Amino acid sequence: MPSNNTGRERPGQDHFIASLAETPVAEIDQVDESGKARSTWTDAWEAMRRRPMFWISSVLIFIIVIVAIFPGLFATYSPTECYLKFSDGGPEAGHPLGFTRQGCDVYSRIIFGTQASVTIGLLTTIMVTLFGGIVGALAGFYGGLLDSFVSRIGDIFFAIPTVLGAIVVISVIPVRDALSVSLILALFAWPQIARIMRGAVLSARNSDYVTASAALGVSRFKTLVRHVVPNAIAPVIVIATVSLGIFIVAEATLGFLGIGLPPTVMSWGNDINQARVSIRTNPQTLLLPSAALSITVLAFLMFGDVVRDALDPEARARR
Amino acid sequence: MTHPETVPVSAESSNEETPLLKIRNLEVGFETQRGLVPAVRGIDLTLYQGQSLAIVGESGSGKSTTAQAVIGLLPGTGKVSGGSIEFEGHDLTKFSDGEFAQVRGSQIGYVPQDPMSNLNPVWSIGFQVEEAIKANGIAQGKEARQRTIEVLQEAGLSDAGERLKQFPHQFSGGMRQRVLIGIGLSARPKLLIADEPTSALDVTVQRQILDHLQSLTRDYGTSVLFITHDLGLAAERAEQLVVMYKGKVVESGPSRAILENPQHPYTQRLVAAAPSLASRRIQSIKSAKQSDDDVRIFGEGSLDDALIARAASREASATEDLIKVSNITKVYEIRKQGFRKDKLLAVNDISFGVKKGTTTALVGESGSGKSTVAKLILQLESLTSGTIEFDGRNLAGIKGQELLEFRRRVQPVFQDPYGSLDPQYSVGNTIAEPLLAHKIGTAKERFNRVSELLDQVSLPQAARHRYPGELSGGQRQRVAIARALALKPEVLVLDEAVSALDVLVQGQVLNLLTELQTELDLTYLFITHDLAVVRLVADNVCVMQGGRIVEAASTDEVFENSTNPYTRELLEAIPGANIKLGA
Repeated sequence: MPSNNTGRERPGQDHFIASLAETPVAEIDQVDESGKARSTWTDAWEAMRRRPMFWISSVLIFIIVIVAIFPGLFATYSPTECYLKFSDGGPEAGHPLGFTRQGCDVYSRIIFGTQASVTIGLLTTIMVTLFGGIVGALAGFYGGLLDSFVSRIGDIFFAIPTVLGAIVVISVIPVRDALSVSLILALFAWPQIARIMRGAVLSARNSDYVTASAALGVSRFKTLVRHVVPNAIAPVIVIATVSLGIFIVAEATLGFLGIGLPPTVMSWGNDINQARVSIRTNPQTLLLPSAALSITVLAFLMFGDVVRDALDPEARARR
Repeated sequence: MTHPETVPVSAESSNEETPLLKIRNLEVGFETQRGLVPAVRGIDLTLYQGQSLAIVGESGSGKSTTAQAVIGLLPGTGKVSGGSIEFEGHDLTKFSDGEFAQVRGSQIGYVPQDPMSNLNPVWSIGFQVEEAIKANGIAQGKEARQRTIEVLQEAGLSDAGERLKQFPHQFSGGMRQRVLIGIGLSARPKLLIADEPTSALDVTVQRQILDHLQSLTRDYGTSVLFITHDLGLAAERAEQLVVMYKGKVVESGPSRAILENPQHPYTQRLVAAAPSLASRRIQSIKSAKQSDDDVRIFGEGSLDDALIARAASREASATEDLIKVSNITKVYEIRKQGFRKDKLLAVNDISFGVKKGTTTALVGESGSGKSTVAKLILQLESLTSGTIEFDGRNLAGIKGQELLEFRRRVQPVFQDPYGSLDPQYSVGNTIAEPLLAHKIGTAKERFNRVSELLDQVSLPQAARHRYPGELSGGQRQRVAIARALALKPEVLVLDEAVSALDVLVQGQVLNLLTELQTELDLTYLFITHDLAVVRLVADNVCVMQGGRIVEAASTDEVFENSTNPYTRELLEAIPGANIKLGA
């Protein structure tokens, strides 16, 4: 050891001891018992509720859902009560948004059209999340042949654009209702969720707590359900909320092309399609359902954005 | 700026009375949403030309923040909020970014902590060293290339010329750290800051690197500012010590004085809990010839008196082997490009026994196969050949109810307290999980058992509702131990269970484990790279190297009369092992 300073006086290097009053020694490794317990989800909730965007989108979604469930509360006139004498008529008492070329009440049609959009959006999202999530989780966790098989099947569907694929399939099936349209959309949309779930499960299953749980005697399947999936679900929730809006758009697209829900069902897509002819003479019949569609989709996208920021700490740090 | 090569480097020519680095009342804080959070709260530090000084402290004590303030590289929102840092009489806190850039590298060198992430993987080693040399204006063009080779040779890479074109992934951890030291010293700085330079490395490599660093800095007359959590290492490598605690200096002065006569209660705790020093204590208790004073110096305020006493009075007990490992081998197949496969012999024909009620330590450096052995015994990996017997039964091919029964009796505690607990599970649910998996008791009984276990590992009952993210590393490890104890097992397999913890917390957990062993008559298989800890807890030791056991004997035999060269090397490399204390 070099000791070239022995015997030399060097100011500022004597044996210094801080007074105990200034540097009190705390108990080693004390548990902080202040404040509420914080899980990932309570943390996420704390992060979300501080953001105005969360409240704006939540209120919008709440209103949209209420309108979808009880359209009768908001509109006094039936959307199918159409009189040609009102054709392309402007706003008047009881009909604040005027009439379509067929003489139907625009306001009523928008209110009653909400149901179709929200139902298909929700149904598709639930189906996609359940199916894609389960398939992705199993493939990621068990790996091997199952994984290869699922991944290749997923790739095939992934290669087909959702709407294009839906157009082809929908034109050959006899029944067109909310359920069948949702099923067809889900058929082409599940690989995305499956991929995300698989990736998240792959990274979670190599965690030490998964090994620990195996060593504790928890079965493989229970480990997957209890430990792996809860830790892998966050990105799936994020994608699911965002894609809800996208499915609503897809439904409207099919309606616009005339191959979505039958014309007897109120749907914004159908209305926008029918209003094409009056875009010059009576543009609000086209613009108003489009606006309703945009606001709905925007509300869900905004909500998804907030959820992503709350569940993905990295995205939060970047902000 | 003065050209570095013209700067006189010999200690004689500099003014002895002016400190090279003089920190007075330094305060550093981090800007957060809740205002300025202080990290360093008014510290003083003086370092002279040619001296070495170590800042010692636990994680979160502000030691690295101090170093980063000196070199002007505070991360994120950190900023100096008060005090001064005088380097050769110039206050660094008033420097502009441009001025700092001139000083950094050429006057103050820096060796970062993690050699794995501090070299850019897409550039060759030669390019990165040359870049540093050019940036510091030491040499340009062809000369720079020549200088690069010199720098790497000085850093201890003999075949530097051929290695210039290689990339970081082709270098081992120790070699990368050598490269970083070479870069840090390339401009012959007056001050070298080494921030935990060897924490990521094996002990034997650590020793080589530190020896090399020491001889280089002595030759150049460079002052060294070490940042470390290891008191033994600090005392061995630095003349001056600064002990930091919660952003303040609690004690500073000559290393020897502090180590022999720690005054502040915190320093006393640190000295008492450092395993490397404690193992010397055991020795002094054992060889009772020495005066009692030496024992008392370390005994005061000690956390682990019981531990030391037990270690000193340990006798090889002659009980039955509870676990018997015979000639086990594990081969991993590594998939290479295409269909080719490479075989990796992780565990090569080893045999040992673990006696009931004792602690057997499996010691080795990274890659020695010790963790693989743990996984094999825990039945988490399948054997390639050989047999493992538990309580007289061969474990080959057990499954179903029998495997469940084995799992109940043999429980693991893993290394990483941040990874082994599910972040989505509260502490209470985590501890209750094995009970649930084995369908033991009613909900009420399980609740009571969790309370009992929390008491056993000295966690407050309120911790039940907390989540792992809210606990410190030591607390998490105690939760992991409680979970392992839930089923009243007979054997705990502790895979580096205390390696990631700060020394005081480590002492606490070791105490806890020792208490539990006596209380519950547990058998431990203790897997670690740290021989100093082994000395404290183990009855028998197996030293592993390259998948083989090179020595297996009782702890006393290994520590006192080992003849195996590798074991000797490991023992020598324990930081602080060579400090001479007392008269």
